[in-house]
Amino acid sequence: MSPATEIQILAAVVAVACALPGVFLILRRMALMSDAISHAILFGIVIGFLVVKDLASPVILIAAAATGVLTVTLTELLRRTGRVAEDTSIGLVFPVLFSIGVILISQKAGDVHLDTDAVLLGEIAFAPLDRLEWAGRDLGPRSLWVVGIIGVINLIFILLFYKELKLTSFDPALAASLGFSPIVMHYALMSLTSITAVGAFDAVGSILVVALMVAPPATAYLLTDRLSVMIWLSCAIAIVGAVAGYWLARWLDASVAGCMATMAGALFGLGFLCAPRRGLLALAARRAKQKTSFAVTALTIHLSQHEGTEREVVECRRDHLGEHLGWDKPFADRVLQTAIRTGAVELDNGLMQLTDRGRALARTAFAR
Amino acid sequence: MPETSRRADANPKADSTAVEVADLTVAYRDKPVLWDIDLSVPMGVLMAIVGPNGAGKTTLIRSILGLVRPTAGQVRILGKPYAKQRRLVGYVPQRGSVDWDFPTTVLDVVIMGRYGELGWIRRPGAAERRAAEEAIEKVGLTDLADRQVGQLSGGQQQRVFLARALVQDSLVYFMDEPFQGVDATTERAIIDILRTLRDEGKAVIVVHHDLQTVEEYFDWVTLLNVQRIASGPVDEVFTDSNLRAAYGGRAALFSRELAEQRERAKGGDGP
Ligand SMILES: Nc1ncnc2c1ncn2[C@@H]1O[C@H](COP(=O)(O)OP(=O)(O)O)[C@@H](O)[C@H]1O
Ligand SMILES: [Mg+2]
Repeated sequence: MSPATEIQILAAVVAVACALPGVFLILRRMALMSDAISHAILFGIVIGFLVVKDLASPVILIAAAATGVLTVTLTELLRRTGRVAEDTSIGLVFPVLFSIGVILISQKAGDVHLDTDAVLLGEIAFAPLDRLEWAGRDLGPRSLWVVGIIGVINLIFILLFYKELKLTSFDPALAASLGFSPIVMHYALMSLTSITAVGAFDAVGSILVVALMVAPPATAYLLTDRLSVMIWLSCAIAIVGAVAGYWLARWLDASVAGCMATMAGALFGLGFLCAPRRGLLALAARRAKQKTSFAVTALTIHLSQHEGTEREVVECRRDHLGEHLGWDKPFADRVLQTAIRTGAVELDNGLMQLTDRGRALARTAFAR
Repeated sequence: MPETSRRADANPKADSTAVEVADLTVAYRDKPVLWDIDLSVPMGVLMAIVGPNGAGKTTLIRSILGLVRPTAGQVRILGKPYAKQRRLVGYVPQRGSVDWDFPTTVLDVVIMGRYGELGWIRRPGAAERRAAEEAIEKVGLTDLADRQVGQLSGGQQQRVFLARALVQDSLVYFMDEPFQGVDATTERAIIDILRTLRDEGKAVIVVHHDLQTVEEYFDWVTLLNVQRIASGPVDEVFTDSNLRAAYGGRAALFSRELAEQRERAKGGDGP
């Protein structure tokens, strides 16, 4: 396989591995937690490295994941004191761990392959250089294996505990009353998030882990009303963003991880604008429609007030419509068109007349 | 058509105690929210818990269900601790306690009522689906079964919760303000369902905020304000002096309204 293909596959696998726990993070309104974890694990990585002196050792993965869980626990303890809000306690805990990690790197690990650039942005472009070999055979990039296994663990966890994750995310009180401990699920999800952040860290660095965990699920959330669809859609969006990001990076000769995150953000922007029901455009269209339909009701009420009175010939002339109701001409025309089309009003020699349906509309609007 | 309850075999004797609370004290940090509550509710009653805002009504239910750890006291459901009786208890939380924008449908949410019976990992199947559809029909939401729950009105959401409690097929029900944000027709529909449950011999315990309808809807009532003011059959316990004890200064208003209402009710019957 060419390095270019390997990088794209790795990018896609990292993105999917991150998107899976990300779905539940955003549904639980815990996006910030992924930020905290992906930074705090640096502390575990450095400590692990200082102990075993080998960046490829699984000890590092375990130490880092443990730091992630430690972050969650410390945040929870701090919040429980009731002195600070949850987001404050997150903001207090992870910078401490992250900054200790940064200080340790600059002091002790200055001469090894661990620098702050790599920490923030990762080095996915170099991933194909670090190969996994077994019995003299080349098995592919090492990080592809690490992230691949983590992705599979995430997938199995979500498939097994789909029902429990759904219940504890939607209604933790019912979950607890039925004996499904929301706390157990919380820590399980946080452990997965930590492991995923550690695995992805190598490839895309701590800042971009957050983007990959949050953006694809947030985009999928705009596009569907089903949790299962949201999960698959997140994975698909993650893959598209990763591959598109790679080509953007090739084209711009820029950081692959940076471009992956940019594409993830761009896809979200697209969804935010164009999503069928929750997008801005759909929202604007719905507002406009509501405004017109409300105006039609207002028109029927106006007409019903003057129906059969002397002033009817004045008040109900189509030419005077805008003037009486304070509408500009195009809007007044649109409202009248809609009213005629829906059969609420008829035109008779330039005079607007209510139909039975129009009268009923005015009556029910009044009754409300 | 006879009701076929999955628990026909487990139906308790009518004289057994549904809920027994003894010396229950709950505090959030150092602030006591419930003081030394004693409560005993028999099976086959429809009971209201009333009290002013912040009286601890929600906290009482949450601590009976083990969702809040009490500082002191004991809770028994049908003679055993709650943890042993989970399967016999149905719960309707306050509507505001969940995120209605969650990507899930009415049918999905109602099926959640069967999760306890399924236990860990096992997925709901056709039987659960059928039970849920039946319950959805009972609360009149069949046409909306595939809607995302956020697209429903407040009253419809409340009925989704009720349907979910119905598929739990429990013996003791706890409901936190099921009439909140509900129109008059829905309120009728809900109270009819609650009465049916009571008539089947179950215990239904409802946090309620409308004093005007207590006498009409319920046969038992507990008045609560940090302490238990009174608890028992409505005609014995729902008195002006107890209301004054529970609601303090504002009781004057309530009791006058109630008196007028009773007057009107009597007048309507004619001498
Ligand atoms: N999680 C909590 N932490 C701290 N105080 C709480 C918490 N939940 C409720 N309270 C306080 O406990 C009191 C009782 O609340 P609650 O049981 O919700 O009352 P009610 O349901 O009768 O309105 C209130 O004063 C409320 O502010
Ligand atoms: Mg309450």
